[in-house]
Amino acid sequence: MIASFLIQTLNGLASASLLFLVALGLTLIFGVTRVVNFAHGSFFMLGAYMAVSFHELVGGGLLGFWGGAVIAALAVGVVGALIEITILRRIYRAPELLQLITTFGVVLVLKDVVLYTWGPEDILGPRAPGLAGAMWIFGKPIPQYDLLLLVLGPLVGLVVWLLLTRTDWGTRVRAATEDRDMAAALGINQALMFTGVFALGALLAGLAGALALPREPANHNMDLTIIADVFVVTVVGGLGSLPGAYVAAVIISVVKAWCIGIGDVRLFGTVFSFSKLTLVAEFIVMAIVLIIRPWGLFGTPQAAQRVAAASILPMPVPDMKRWWPLGLLMLALVALPLIVDRFTVVLVTDIIIFALFAASLGLIMGIGGMASFGHAAYFGAGAYAAAVAFKAGASFVVAIPTGVAFAAALAVLFGWFCVRLSGVSLAMLTLAFAQITWAIAFQWDSVTGGSNGLVGIWPPELLSSKSAYYFATLLLAGAAILLIWRSVHAPLGFLLRAGRDSRIRAEAVGIDVRIVQWRAIILAGSAAGLAGALYVFSKGSLSPDLLSIPRSVDALAMVLIGGVQTLVGPVVGAVVFITLQDWIVRATPYWHAVLGITLILITIIFPQGIVGTLRQWRQRRESAP
Amino acid sequence: MVPAPGAWWRFALQAELGSATEMRLGRLTLAFATMAALAAPASAQAPVKVGEINSYKVIPAFLEPYRKGWELAVEEINKGGGINGRPLEVISRDDNGAPGDAVRAAEELVSREGVVLLTGGFLSHVGLAIGDFAKQRKMPFIASEPLTDKIVWENGNAYTFRLRASTYMQTSMLVEEALKLNKKRWAIVYPNYEYGQSAIASFKKLMTERQPGVEFVVEQAPPLNRIDAGSVAQAVADAKPDAIFNVTFGADLQKFVREGTTRGIFKDVTVLSVLGGEPEYLDPLRDEAPVGWIVTGYPWYAIDTPEHKAFLAAYQAKFNDYPRLGSVVGYAAMISVGEALRKAKSTDPEAIVAAMKGLQHSTPFGPITYRPLDHQSTMGAYVGKIGLKDGKGVMVDWRYEPGERHLPADDVVKKLRPQ
Repeated sequence: MIASFLIQTLNGLASASLLFLVALGLTLIFGVTRVVNFAHGSFFMLGAYMAVSFHELVGGGLLGFWGGAVIAALAVGVVGALIEITILRRIYRAPELLQLITTFGVVLVLKDVVLYTWGPEDILGPRAPGLAGAMWIFGKPIPQYDLLLLVLGPLVGLVVWLLLTRTDWGTRVRAATEDRDMAAALGINQALMFTGVFALGALLAGLAGALALPREPANHNMDLTIIADVFVVTVVGGLGSLPGAYVAAVIISVVKAWCIGIGDVRLFGTVFSFSKLTLVAEFIVMAIVLIIRPWGLFGTPQAAQRVAAASILPMPVPDMKRWWPLGLLMLALVALPLIVDRFTVVLVTDIIIFALFAASLGLIMGIGGMASFGHAAYFGAGAYAAAVAFKAGASFVVAIPTGVAFAAALAVLFGWFCVRLSGVSLAMLTLAFAQITWAIAFQWDSVTGGSNGLVGIWPPELLSSKSAYYFATLLLAGAAILLIWRSVHAPLGFLLRAGRDSRIRAEAVGIDVRIVQWRAIILAGSAAGLAGALYVFSKGSLSPDLLSIPRSVDALAMVLIGGVQTLVGPVVGAVVFITLQDWIVRATPYWHAVLGITLILITIIFPQGIVGTLRQWRQRRESAP
Repeated sequence: MVPAPGAWWRFALQAELGSATEMRLGRLTLAFATMAALAAPASAQAPVKVGEINSYKVIPAFLEPYRKGWELAVEEINKGGGINGRPLEVISRDDNGAPGDAVRAAEELVSREGVVLLTGGFLSHVGLAIGDFAKQRKMPFIASEPLTDKIVWENGNAYTFRLRASTYMQTSMLVEEALKLNKKRWAIVYPNYEYGQSAIASFKKLMTERQPGVEFVVEQAPPLNRIDAGSVAQAVADAKPDAIFNVTFGADLQKFVREGTTRGIFKDVTVLSVLGGEPEYLDPLRDEAPVGWIVTGYPWYAIDTPEHKAFLAAYQAKFNDYPRLGSVVGYAAMISVGEALRKAKSTDPEAIVAAMKGLQHSTPFGPITYRPLDHQSTMGAYVGKIGLKDGKGVMVDWRYEPGERHLPADDVVKKLRPQ
């Protein structure tokens, strides 16, 4: 028993080493460039594939394995540098998190590159030469390679730490982490440093990918399966903290290993499976840590970025004399089913639903200043509550408000915790809540239908035609979007803005910023819940993927593509994103790459979002003589 | 392991050709009709359009061979006169692994492209969603790969049919092997989602019924694609089982095999593994294939029935690659489509559904029948042991298990299925 426990701890520590190496790169990159690099998992995957190829090229042996690890790490480092120079360098001045969408584009491109280059099948990598066997500890076998990893992780960490603390370059990097504007003012070449740090981060991820080979085959899921864990490690440890990343990696890996070791436990007559808990263990850990220590275990509050904070101008109040574009749009939308074919009606129904979803996120992100990585929680919750109510016998007319009410209730709960945080911590807490909600939907078979979800959720006879349902959606979602737009220039919107721009001054004039933010989250959550409820009745079925990370990323992409600091931006973003996706998926088998490149280009050309950047251009033209 | 780059070029080329001749507003229709036009007199009439939906980007290892499989079938159908003189045209869509996207794609195929039938599906939840759409739109749907029992039982409907041997059937095949072993203490490892859950539920139920005194000493349910294989292997070994029933597949399986082998946990236990002999999952293991495991799978290199030989020859001639299980499923699904349409002699949905009921045709695995009772086909699977040959994993001592032997009694099925 004790021996098993100790062995599971060693297992956990070995896994922690790899996780730490990937997280180390991410945390370095974030610390200096403030880029939340979604593509970090892709670097990990790329490292694994490159090392396998090198190994096969050389024909195995010590050189094949260790040489492969070094070559793969260097090559991924070069790829990282190229991505930084060609893409990211162009958008450092864009709103925070825009880089998230750009790097998400990179994820999609690299996915297709790997698929094209290495083929669809998994490739089992080499074992480390001389370390293929197991050693007996406490009477139980443990792979020799795991023991090496256990040492190797902290060792590489130490090298990086020495690099940061004992070299000139490291000192400059730390200076830039503390205050990048001041570092620039003192003559540090920012561009060069950013490239260097990005390359180093990518190199570490590539190295981890190569070193992971004896434990996992090179496969197409490596990128997205590790990235979530790595985000968690970075945030739990404290953004930018090197020892924090290691401690967090250890906690998460060991907790998982223990869950597996404990297995099924009988509690009060029912069996509780700790093994199933591994589905979401890391997010539970993250939620607990963030609630207790908002900046992570070893983190400190992020220094405010001077550039970004000053650049947010209030959204202009719509000029009601120029109501006609909106009126014309309304007319076009009402007449739509008469003009276009049935599928276009279905597509536009989807677009309207996602426009509402995006607008709800836009409210809290834009004037609320609260980014959310887990907005799909409310969308999915609305969908699930409506579906479950419908399955229990409620009619459509009851099911929709049930969905909204449940999403609102969830927003009350989640919001209460979230408003105690800010910035990336807040966003990551929303992600943790969304993942926990996802896991509940995934596991609660008797109510939610588990991983299969529920089917047979269709609107009543009256709305069964696609155009009837379109009108219902247009009416409900349209009204909700207008309500959200209205609230921006209503007291709620003004109070939110005050809280975002200067919390201290807002509180000085008597605004309870947290209550205001909480109200905004509840409004946004309800609106997202309505979108979800409408969505499920338009598709007839639902499954936990509605609550998953990709859905939340979709919402973020729509908001940022459209323009986060604009009123109509999120809606425009939804139109562009859904239309593009629908079109590209059908146009080419390489739609991942094409969609990825499109996202990258949009974020480079329209760093303030389409609406935001167009407005900037117009203002520039008007102010020019 | 890595398929010839040639396959990829062809893929890209096809897209190019498509864009020159057939693409309107970015819609890619594969140029099979054109190809058939050169080969058969079938071209005189408008093609019969069929919609195909799958998660090509999510499960490429299975679905790329799958696509080749149905491409081959379409070519053969059109060479053989098409659908009663009309060429068969398949319009394929990617659902990105999301049921909502799949339903939207289905709607587009039905209302814009005017397809008369839907086929495809890999993931169970996506398959169920398309099945429910089929029911709502009264559109025939032949689910090729989704393994969930529910698609023909609990959530079965008049318009949905399923080709592949289901989770229950595959489990039942291995239960027979498990009973022969007569082991008492079983460990269970399964991916934590519906496929794994149904498989072990069926396994435990059948084993308890047929072998009194059987014990399940440990259950591990790692998340799909995210197994901590070392910890799971250790936890399994700690329970000291006599035998292991494994349901994990893909990268999870490879990790589990490697960690378990390194730690020596498979030395004195017998392992049963669902899908473990499918080339998609066995081949990547190369010389580390776990010898002696009892698996369901597809020994393409050893089947010498005339129908399989013909399929193998045609496939290798066309693609210069050997078939995976996905190839057979894609091929057989499209043959089902062709036969149903020929038999129906009409594109009316009700006529196609009527034709599908009791439809019999030959597949590379032998003859199959779509049972009128529950719309499940009787396509079986191969059961055998893993062995090593020339540094590669192969199935040895295998036999074909017909699907009909592994379905519950009719009255049980009737109770499961909404009438």
